[in-house]
Amino acid sequence: MTDFVRKESGLREEDAVYDAVVPAGEGWMRDLEPGQVLRIVDLEGNQAVDTLFYDADDPEDHYSAAQTMAAQGGIYLTTGSVLLAESGKPLVTIVADTCGRHDTLGGACSAQSNTVRYAHEKEHMHNCRDTFMRLLAERGGYSKRDLAPNVNFFMNVPVTPEGGLTFADGVSSPGCYVEMRAETRVTVLISNCPQLNNPCNAYNPTPVRLLIWNP
Amino acid sequence: MEQQATWTKTLKPGGKWSGIIGRGRLVRLTALGPGANVSTLLYHADNPAERCNLPDTLKAQHTAHLTKGQVLMSDNGRVLASIVEDSLGWHDPLGAYTTRSMTDAKYGKTTYQELRNDWLRNARDNFATELVRSGLSLRDLVPAVNFFSKVWCDAEGRMHFASGHCPANASVTLRTELDTLFIFSNTPHPLDPAPSYPSVPVRIDVLPAEPVDPATDACVNFRGENRRAFDNTWAYIALRRNLG
Repeated sequence: MTDFVRKESGLREEDAVYDAVVPAGEGWMRDLEPGQVLRIVDLEGNQAVDTLFYDADDPEDHYSAAQTMAAQGGIYLTTGSVLLAESGKPLVTIVADTCGRHDTLGGACSAQSNTVRYAHEKEHMHNCRDTFMRLLAERGGYSKRDLAPNVNFFMNVPVTPEGGLTFADGVSSPGCYVEMRAETRVTVLISNCPQLNNPCNAYNPTPVRLLIWNP
Repeated sequence: MEQQATWTKTLKPGGKWSGIIGRGRLVRLTALGPGANVSTLLYHADNPAERCNLPDTLKAQHTAHLTKGQVLMSDNGRVLASIVEDSLGWHDPLGAYTTRSMTDAKYGKTTYQELRNDWLRNARDNFATELVRSGLSLRDLVPAVNFFSKVWCDAEGRMHFASGHCPANASVTLRTELDTLFIFSNTPHPLDPAPSYPSVPVRIDVLPAEPVDPATDACVNFRGENRRAFDNTWAYIALRRNLG
């Protein structure tokens, strides 16, 4: 059995400077100042929280799954993982994690990938990439070119030694959370995944809670 | 019978090449020595905002390695290129590519001033140059396919580079399904533990491909997901091309 690294946070909810619930299928985009800590709480368990990061001072420098995995020599994200931009600049560090493993290989669902993965008639269904693109359009200054492969908080996508990719049952449970500290001014883009075709969330997307603490 | 290549280019160690290769061609990469690695980015030439999306590619085909029968999918659910021949059985899709600082740290700092064109190139600088040359920029950087390399993961998710995976004369052949901008960088895999910079030339041959027979083609019929990605590709071509 794989060892999961689970680490509790010392932060208290009543000290947070921001506290909001993002319903399933909704998005969220906000800047963090250096040292601020963002907590994502999986309120009902096994929800996928598709997340991208940008250097707020250089929005063309986006999160790089490949640089992040290569630098730590491992594919899963947990406490201690430093999430890097394409330039190699640290964007956020995971500082607490009661789930123990997060995915950055699986990317985000889209209308088009739903046609490929499930069936052509799934194209109309709400999906993460539509949420990402709507929020980028509303913010302005971003384009589809800025949509790089993302993090899937609370998702478990094991890779076998033989090179197989599987979507395993979730490793998260109600109330699990992950916390990350901003290492620079960082823009966080979240889609709280609306996927209804994948058993990994029991076909039931659920809300998440976001809290922010000042340094 | 060896078919005559319509275009051939040899990438020197550290070398790069980018260009648009139209649909319906075979693109064969051949390692001219052991231990090659070619970091590769693919964009749809009609609209480079559409690019090879490795998460979509891997999820759809339930794989964390690439070989014959599989395809490289775009973020619009289409097939940019199929893998139609492969002597190795494993090419690395986990996306890593070298940077200047990585290359300096591992192989020692080298400069053009000191070594002229023998200085050790890195993938990020190669990609940056070729992206800008095509009107793109560093914002278009995404995880790369590393042809000829194998990286496997243990139960804890640690990544292991398989040394000795690529013998001399290993080859992989792609078939373009859409007009595709390729960016090739013949630079080491970042996880290759070899202490010296691999100096392996890689030859690119481009040849005409036979027309795809949807009923029998191995890549189309690899999985239902592949068939639907080809449906999306053919629909795009039907809408896009001129009539008559």
